[in-house]
Amino acid sequence: MRTVTIALLAFFEIVSPASSEDWRQFRGTDRTGVSREAGLPLKWSGTENIAWKNALPGRGLSSPIVVEDRVIVTCSSGFRQDRLHVICFDAKEGSKLWERQFTATGRTMTYPTTSNAAPTPCSDGKRIFALYSSNDLVCLDLDGNLMWYRGLTFDHPNASNSLGMASSPVVVGDTLVAQVENDSESLATGVDVDSGISRWTLPRPKRVNWTSAVILPNGSGGEDLVLLQSSEGLVAIQPLSGREIWNYKDGASTIPSSVVSEGVIYVPSHGMTALRPFPEMIHPEVLWQISKLSPATPSPLVYNGRLYCTNGAGLLICSETSNGSEKWRLRLTGPFSSSPIAAGSHLYLFNEQGECHVVKPEDDNGQLVATNSLDEKIQCTPAISNGAIYVRSNGTLWKIASP
Amino acid sequence: MMKHSWNRAVTTGIVIWLVASGLLTLPAITWASSIDENLAAIRAVGAEGQGHLSAVVAVKELSKRNSESLIPILKAFDHANPLSTNWLRGAFDAIAERTRNQDQKLPVLELEEFIGESGHSPEARRLAYDWLVKVDRSSSDRLIPGMLKDSSPEFRRDAVQRLIDLAEKSHSEKPSAEAIVLYREALSGAIDDDQVKTIAKALRELGEFVDLQKHFGFLVDWQLIGPFDNSEKKGFDVAYAPELRIDLTAKYPGKLSEVAWERHTTTDEYGILNIAKQTAPHKGSVIYGFSTFELTKPQDVEIRLGTPNAWKLWINGDLLFGRDEYHRGTQLDQYRVKTTLKGGTNSILIKICQNEQTEEWAQDWKFQLRVCDSAGGAILPNPSSITAP
Repeated sequence: MRTVTIALLAFFEIVSPASSEDWRQFRGTDRTGVSREAGLPLKWSGTENIAWKNALPGRGLSSPIVVEDRVIVTCSSGFRQDRLHVICFDAKEGSKLWERQFTATGRTMTYPTTSNAAPTPCSDGKRIFALYSSNDLVCLDLDGNLMWYRGLTFDHPNASNSLGMASSPVVVGDTLVAQVENDSESLATGVDVDSGISRWTLPRPKRVNWTSAVILPNGSGGEDLVLLQSSEGLVAIQPLSGREIWNYKDGASTIPSSVVSEGVIYVPSHGMTALRPFPEMIHPEVLWQISKLSPATPSPLVYNGRLYCTNGAGLLICSETSNGSEKWRLRLTGPFSSSPIAAGSHLYLFNEQGECHVVKPEDDNGQLVATNSLDEKIQCTPAISNGAIYVRSNGTLWKIASP
Repeated sequence: MMKHSWNRAVTTGIVIWLVASGLLTLPAITWASSIDENLAAIRAVGAEGQGHLSAVVAVKELSKRNSESLIPILKAFDHANPLSTNWLRGAFDAIAERTRNQDQKLPVLELEEFIGESGHSPEARRLAYDWLVKVDRSSSDRLIPGMLKDSSPEFRRDAVQRLIDLAEKSHSEKPSAEAIVLYREALSGAIDDDQVKTIAKALRELGEFVDLQKHFGFLVDWQLIGPFDNSEKKGFDVAYAPELRIDLTAKYPGKLSEVAWERHTTTDEYGILNIAKQTAPHKGSVIYGFSTFELTKPQDVEIRLGTPNAWKLWINGDLLFGRDEYHRGTQLDQYRVKTTLKGGTNSILIKICQNEQTEEWAQDWKFQLRVCDSAGGAILPNPSSITAP
């Protein structure tokens, strides 16, 4: 009877509806950096609003992702950064659920300020896909069981970058798209999520590229497209087939990535260029182009109808999405590697000193609400899920949440 | 994306209730394949997804096995390719973690025995050690001191660090011959540059001579010829005369004038031959370097190269590898290329290409090259061939 009671209690606990929002890819499940959640903490310190923190076994710039109350993060360790870690923590308690390690099969050399664990992993809700600068690509289920493993530099020996690679993979439907772009053997590949076998591989411009793909919802015939950015511009492809749908060839940045909002693509090209693609059109329409609006390392953000960029001088610039005209600018303390995120009418911008500037954007100005320090170097773009912000340094993972 | 787990939650809850009440008994696992078949499928994984369809099934099944599978998995690492070893590792970690989480025992005696069998894969032996030390911390004291020359770089690093720590302690108590002995012993196994630097600095402060060129095995004597044209980076793909035939007495039309082979030696501690300084800072140019390497018998080696320039490498006339990347940084062992050198005289030809970038940080034209084993320990040529021909 007691056993039955316990089972019934467990049953009712399990069927309680989940209400958290996953954050499954770089800059969120939809790759925009925007969360619909509200009530995130605005202030924190070493003793306030830190739900938990965990030491990490290695370095990394990759963002944490959150899938079904699991926080997943990648690291690289060892003298040669050839130990690759995928670690899963319980989002609520911070306890480690599992850890897997692998050995790099590609080149692990990076610029000193980055690391092998630079690309952010992604998830389709059932699987976790972790990519490293060494172009090792791991697929695990949510319990950490290995499903498949690829070495993209093992496959393409000259696909590497002595400065390190950082493009985060994107998963759309049954295809994982990884950009492996560099000066030599440069490519993008669409991998079947079940088998790990490439559906297609496309040659890409032979030029270093650290941008990450974004998703264009309903980009063609109701189907989501993947947008691949490079020094040559932006190309839209069908993720399942790799077929090119349209191509913007006027050049683009190789560091900050594009962002999509309400069918408009904001590309770091000639400063900033707004594109609107139309079905059956070979080239998207250029809505506007502002050369002075040039993001530095952080990718731009669109939030509540405004475009936000952080430039190399640490200025946060707010512009109209309709025509790119500047509304206001706010001087912050940089430098910034992390891209801004937004939730609950606030923007969160982490600088490399570990300070988070919390900004409330208003119509004619931005209000700096708080500057909160974690006292460690932050280069990753944080994740938001279930009222919490997850952010990592080279050695620590924090959950920032109100009690 | 909002999560709704109703269907799965309902199903899971019903199963738990049925099992708890004894109305449902879960069947024992039946395996579709034997463990040997699982391991064979995983070892068959190759480049570009080759073997994946079978391996995906095999690793799923293998990962569910119990701790009795751990040693067979480790043995399967032997002579497996780097992709397969990662598949095996994924299964091993899943089993080992589950074993510990269920408060069951890992096969510690068998793991330690496996670690001691040096003929096994270095990666597998280290993996075994990583798990052994989680349950038996004292194993590091038994195993690591004897691993100074181990085939696993990580074991060597740990053994070297122990000696460095002992030497530092000895040195801090009183500078003595004992510290020198300990540092020398540490150096004999050191392959990682940070440890080598630490030891070299300490030994030099104690008045000792340290030959880093010899320690790392850099080739420091070269015949160079050039410049040939590399305008617009096109020379990378042009097969100039030295690529076709090595004749150290020959002269050829170069980019600017007739060129001939000249002998150059570098005194740089890390074997860096600075072409721009030792010849001239030509832009849009190619230079070839030639040297020989004598061995008494064939040997598998790694050629390790560091250069900020584009390059190609030939061993005994065969093109081994090339990379057309310019000025993305350089470091020791930047590139590692496996090959087999023959017994006798081996010819090494390298092509180093400089582009036309004008930025201050894009002016380096240099390289360093060494021959070593898979762990990174220097392989020295026979003494008769220590100078370039």
